[in-house]
Amino acid sequence: MRADEIEAMIVAAIPDARVEIRDLAGDGDHYAARVIAESFAGMSRVRQHQAVYAALKGKMGGELHALQLETAVPSGDHE
Amino acid sequence: MTEAKERIDALVKANDVVLFMKGTALFPQCGFSSRAVAILDHLGASYETVDVLQDQEIRQGIKEYSDWPTIPQLYVKGEFVGGSDIMMEMFESGELQTLVGQSAE
Repeated sequence: MRADEIEAMIVAAIPDARVEIRDLAGDGDHYAARVIAESFAGMSRVRQHQAVYAALKGKMGGELHALQLETAVPSGDHE
Repeated sequence: MTEAKERIDALVKANDVVLFMKGTALFPQCGFSSRAVAILDHLGASYETVDVLQDQEIRQGIKEYSDWPTIPQLYVKGEFVGGSDIMMEMFESGELQTLVGQSAE
């Protein structure tokens, strides 16, 4: 799966998400993603990750083997 | 509840700290599981592991049990905590020490 496909799926489901993706092994199969969204506010980490997994519609654990995931609510520091 | 879910539920409730993983604590079969074990070992936590590779029903069932598509999965005191990324974040912030430490009391 290509990084831009992953990003597009996440943004389609979480429109306010800012997504950064790194291809960890250069093999199109092991990625790290950082997803920052205002809409994560008030959600537990588990719920935030579940929202991203839901956005990937079952590709996680299947077509997409390894996605290291980090989620956050934007803080002033990043603006 | 299906039979697999009942078995998972029993494992989660019978053990204060239980990690569903690929392989064993001594021989993890995946980098993410290996990382989860390393975190728990570093904390000096006592924990049980369940090797999902030995049991296809649990391997599939655990994904539905917490609506979480990946393995490893950590449970403390019957509650789903997260996968290895969340474990690492909670380890770095000190939250995991508190959570796992409390379960030892």
